[in-house]
Amino acid sequence: MLAWDILIRWSPGGLLPRPWEVVQGLTELAQKGLLFKYIVASLFRVTWGYVAAAVLAIPFGLMLGWHRRGELALNPLIQILRPISPLAWIPISILWFGVGDVAALFLIFMASFLPLTVTAMNAVKNILPTHLNAGRNFGLSPAQIVLKVIYPSVMPQLIAGLRITLGIAWLVVVAAEMIAVNSGLGFLIIDARNAGNRYDLVVAGMVMIGLIGLVLDLGMRRLEKLKSLRWGYASE
Amino acid sequence: MTPPSRTTARETKLRVQGVNKVFTRDGKSVNVLEDIDLEIRDGEFVCLLGPSGCGKSTLLNIVAGFTPPTSGQVYIDGEPVTGPDPRRIFVFQERGVFPWLTVEGNIGFGLFRLPPKEKARRIAHYVKLVGLSGFEQAYPAELSGGMKQRLEVARALAVNPDMLFLDEPFGALDSITRLLMRSELLRIWEAEKKTILFVTHDIEESVQLADRVVVMSARPAKIQRVVEIDIPHPRDISSPRYLKLRDGIFEEIGLAHKV
Ligand SMILES: Nc1ncnc2c1ncn2[C@@H]1O[C@H](COP(=O)(O)OP(=O)(O)OP(=O)(O)O)[C@@H](O)[C@H]1O
Ligand SMILES: [Mg+2]
Repeated sequence: MLAWDILIRWSPGGLLPRPWEVVQGLTELAQKGLLFKYIVASLFRVTWGYVAAAVLAIPFGLMLGWHRRGELALNPLIQILRPISPLAWIPISILWFGVGDVAALFLIFMASFLPLTVTAMNAVKNILPTHLNAGRNFGLSPAQIVLKVIYPSVMPQLIAGLRITLGIAWLVVVAAEMIAVNSGLGFLIIDARNAGNRYDLVVAGMVMIGLIGLVLDLGMRRLEKLKSLRWGYASE
Repeated sequence: MTPPSRTTARETKLRVQGVNKVFTRDGKSVNVLEDIDLEIRDGEFVCLLGPSGCGKSTLLNIVAGFTPPTSGQVYIDGEPVTGPDPRRIFVFQERGVFPWLTVEGNIGFGLFRLPPKEKARRIAHYVKLVGLSGFEQAYPAELSGGMKQRLEVARALAVNPDMLFLDEPFGALDSITRLLMRSELLRIWEAEKKTILFVTHDIEESVQLADRVVVMSARPAKIQRVVEIDIPHPRDISSPRYLKLRDGIFEEIGLAHKV
């Protein structure tokens, strides 16, 4: 905080806010009811884009990992699409869906879908054949094998992938909101700048983005710590 | 008049008939098992002995029903084997226990058909039998290699199978633990009257444990010889008979007596 304050005094332009100004900015936003509204808007978009991607990508990736042919067929496509930044989809998403919530959701979906597919695919491939054989040996039905062997085998990797992807989705929602919509924390930042260089509000938005990102990550980390999942992160 | 010997009185438990296995990889086919014929009697302890990579695990996997043979057939109790069966449990070479389950969870894994009370009783019994008391709630990551292997044996025994297939179960253990585990296994075998097929590449181990040692040749693996170990348990591993049988197998495999 002190370092921040000192740096600001020396910085050129004199536009950047001091810490207490940011606090004032946050209070102002909260009083107008905008802060809460924007946070909800951003979380809403992330949740839906991310959950939709997870619901489709995880079963899809699991299938690909299980059936080697499917993986062989689709892997080249996945590998080409993977290095494309989700932000590169902005023009196409606006072309397809116009400016609005759907375009933003699409971007988050695109950002989450491929990483989750790849995670699920690799998680299945890493299931030990001995575990599957042991399951069959003890007379489990196919459904029981899914429930008692495949599910616990893939969970640690899936949770780790879900955590990383949620981080990506949270990065992308801010970018999407700067361009495609007029609410949310990303919009707050770009709007505060455009409407009279309110850099106190810009930084206030950034602080909120950082804090919420941190809370999301901590929440996912708590999942990783569950005892029945922890084995997956041991050195074995 | 000689009374019928102990072994001929018992009926055939397992019969391997003309089993061949060919693996195809990158367009090339490798003949791993060639014309394997083998009979194991009920309650017998048989060791499969052979050099590393010769096809012992492959044969065990076929017998257990995990892999189909390229040709030939395996019969257990007179019925052709078509898949794995909880009456015969496989103990894997390594990493067979489920790391996401506790000791209790692993031992209880195959007991899902039992009422909870009976299940708990069985778990408690086998925890004690393999000396894991006090570790009921521990996860495999918290156990030593020997404890994990004992856990897997307990998981296998808990479903009360009539056959056990063990694939170098003690291979990764230190020599002291390995000796202890061998006498444990013999004790369990004698107490519970299982038929055991035990894979190893350790000559001493096979002579200490088995009623009969099936010596396999290098690839393509054939049965080179079957050696009857006619020494009662507990075996004195410095007795002349033991040494003679052991050295016979060393010779059979073509290893000199001196290092
Ligand atoms: N799925 C497979 N596809 C192709 N080749 C295989 C396959 N499984 C085993 N093999 C080959 O078959 C041979 C025998 O393998 P196996 O695992 O049965 O040997 P092993 O006698 O158990 O050796 P070890 O004592 O080292 O465990 C090896 O040369 C191996 O490369
Ligand atoms: Mg092997």
